[in-house]
Amino acid sequence: MSDTYRKTFTGPHLLGIAGLNRLEVVALLDRAADFMALNRQRKKHSDELSGQTLINLFFEPSTRTQSSFELAGKRLGADVINMAINTSSVAKGETLIDTAVTLNAMHPDLLVVRHSASGAAALLSQKVDCAVVNAGDGSHEHPTQALLDAFTLRAHLGDLAGKRIAICGDVMHSRVARSDIILLTLLGAQVRLCAPPTLLPSHATDWGVEVFHDMKEALQDCDVVMMLRLQRERMTSACVPSTREYFRYFGLDRAKLRAAKPGALVMHPGPMNRGVEIDSEIADDPQISLITEQVESGVAVRMAVLTALAEGQT
Amino acid sequence: MTKAPNEPILIAGARLVDPASEHDAIADVLVKNGRIESVGSNLASDGARKIDASGLVLAPGLVDILVKTGEPGAEQRETLRSAGEAAAAGGVTTLIISPQSDPAIDDPAMVDFIKRRGREHAVVHIVPAGGLTKGLSGEHLAEIGLMRDAGAVLFSNGDKAVGNTAVMRNALLYAKGMKALVSARPIEPYLDANGVMNAGDFAARLGLSGLPAVAERIMVERDVALAEACGTKLLIDQLSTRAALDVVRRAKARGVCVHCSVSVHHLTLNELDVGDYRTFARLTPPLRTEDDRKALIAGIKDGSIDAMVSGHDPRPAEEKRLPFAQSSPGAVGLETLLAGALSLVHNEELGLHDVLRVLTCGPAQLLGLPIGEIKPGNSADLVLFDKDVPWVCDAAKIRSKSKNTPFDGRRMQGRAVMTFVDGCCVFGD
Repeated sequence: MSDTYRKTFTGPHLLGIAGLNRLEVVALLDRAADFMALNRQRKKHSDELSGQTLINLFFEPSTRTQSSFELAGKRLGADVINMAINTSSVAKGETLIDTAVTLNAMHPDLLVVRHSASGAAALLSQKVDCAVVNAGDGSHEHPTQALLDAFTLRAHLGDLAGKRIAICGDVMHSRVARSDIILLTLLGAQVRLCAPPTLLPSHATDWGVEVFHDMKEALQDCDVVMMLRLQRERMTSACVPSTREYFRYFGLDRAKLRAAKPGALVMHPGPMNRGVEIDSEIADDPQISLITEQVESGVAVRMAVLTALAEGQT
Repeated sequence: MTKAPNEPILIAGARLVDPASEHDAIADVLVKNGRIESVGSNLASDGARKIDASGLVLAPGLVDILVKTGEPGAEQRETLRSAGEAAAAGGVTTLIISPQSDPAIDDPAMVDFIKRRGREHAVVHIVPAGGLTKGLSGEHLAEIGLMRDAGAVLFSNGDKAVGNTAVMRNALLYAKGMKALVSARPIEPYLDANGVMNAGDFAARLGLSGLPAVAERIMVERDVALAEACGTKLLIDQLSTRAALDVVRRAKARGVCVHCSVSVHHLTLNELDVGDYRTFARLTPPLRTEDDRKALIAGIKDGSIDAMVSGHDPRPAEEKRLPFAQSSPGAVGLETLLAGALSLVHNEELGLHDVLRVLTCGPAQLLGLPIGEIKPGNSADLVLFDKDVPWVCDAAKIRSKSKNTPFDGRRMQGRAVMTFVDGCCVFGD
């Protein structure tokens, strides 16, 4: 690894994609490529974070993101602890800042935070002395997910400049969508959004993306189709009439995918609602589905982020 | 409904009034295979059955938006068959059926049911409207996309407004994505909770609780504001007051895609027709003041109002032969829509063109349907009427299963002589 890119990412925290520049992003993605190779070896250990403490602070339940960060930390030799907060201190009335101050006294080096409130990771970062990684805050950002999406796509498509990427589904409530839109446009991709207007922010057209309400129009000539999870509570609210109507008009199936370029790639941040936003036939098609590959990329990207932040602190 | 065999017909010598093309002259119309073959003068009959229509007016069949029948759920009030017969007798050839039935038309299977029952039993075109919310409860969005694909042409919550503004906003947003037309009845649910007639001096004298005009204006203001913010096409269903019409007129002037309809009863009657507690004059919205009525007429003249409707709402004697406040609101209107509209012409309040525009091409364009216009290639949905013939409206002779017409006993002038649907004579042969 050359020193030039190592020094490119200089922020003390990773709170969002907003605020990163193209060089920083490319540096992180290049760094992740090295870890991808490491993760495919039988001996997956590195000692880059040996002696350091990583705390996974999850105020919202999560399986894949939490285990991905845990694995990333452990493979780098860090001491990792997971704190599932919903069952402990918060139940006793402790505020987010109280928790932060308490944890800070334990001298962690890296704090990975997920919280249901937008802006929670940023607030926490102001109260602790260590590096904070936002693992998803409300409907705001989920930067490591966007990085792993971009990483996965670069592995298949090379440079993303000029590539057409449709992000479909509940953009309104999705932190993944917000981070992806910023990151993919930063890398030069042409991003399209497709959802019923009830699931789109009213001013999405100002984000430098094209907005569609019809899947076939949206997918026309796309290289990539990225599906978003429709959260169960949205299905019964006033946003969407029913799951069958949602799947009929906005669920990705073979017929709709035909509008995209032949061989267009399909992504999903997981966990999937099969038969709601994506047909199993598509999700399980190894020719086009990158869904499991996204999970693999996730560990490497998170190792890259953790090492970059750790170096920034020294 | 099995219609008569589709023989070619030549309707000769009628005054052809087609508001869409602004045609108004004596002309012949040749109908073949259910469609209009040609329009011109001295057309050769070419073996077609010739109908001498001299002295009569030939116009596109009337299009009536949001008609209630009792099917399914209250067939004693009206069925699609009886409504179809009443419509044919009134020169109405297309009925947009209100989703307010029991159960409500709020899923694609129900849309399909209405279409099928209409095809099998009614002599006129039956076109379903879908519910805007599930069960018309005003809480959850109905399957607007699936119903649209099943054939619903607009989405309405029936007589009930969607009281929850957030739900209404979502409904308008969602409908926009589905390119669906939303229709809203402007009734503020809290202000209108207990009223039975127009609030004012007359209601006070009668000791009846009032439905204030401001309740309608508030909802029109709200729904127009939401439609404007969402960029959704909206139909305000059955306006009745000057103030509400002004809201629509101003919105149209600034380019908002909003339309409105008004019922023939609100154009021809006013609150005084309640008279001695006549329950046939209890309507939703209620009959308003004479000032409101005149404002609505001006609204048709200046193009602010897009459609005139019958507001057809059949209610049998057991729902009407009651003290005023206990009776059900509603009036039948399919059979008297044309005659009521023509009374405005005879009273020199509106021209024949103004009246026919809001009965034919106005609603057709609003719905985006290829009807309401006499041009070659279109379905031969036509009405041939005597503009001037005098008659007295007798509720007992109304073809609807329910006889609740507020025109009962009234002297009328003008009525349909023959009605054609897809080139078949469905009335007057």
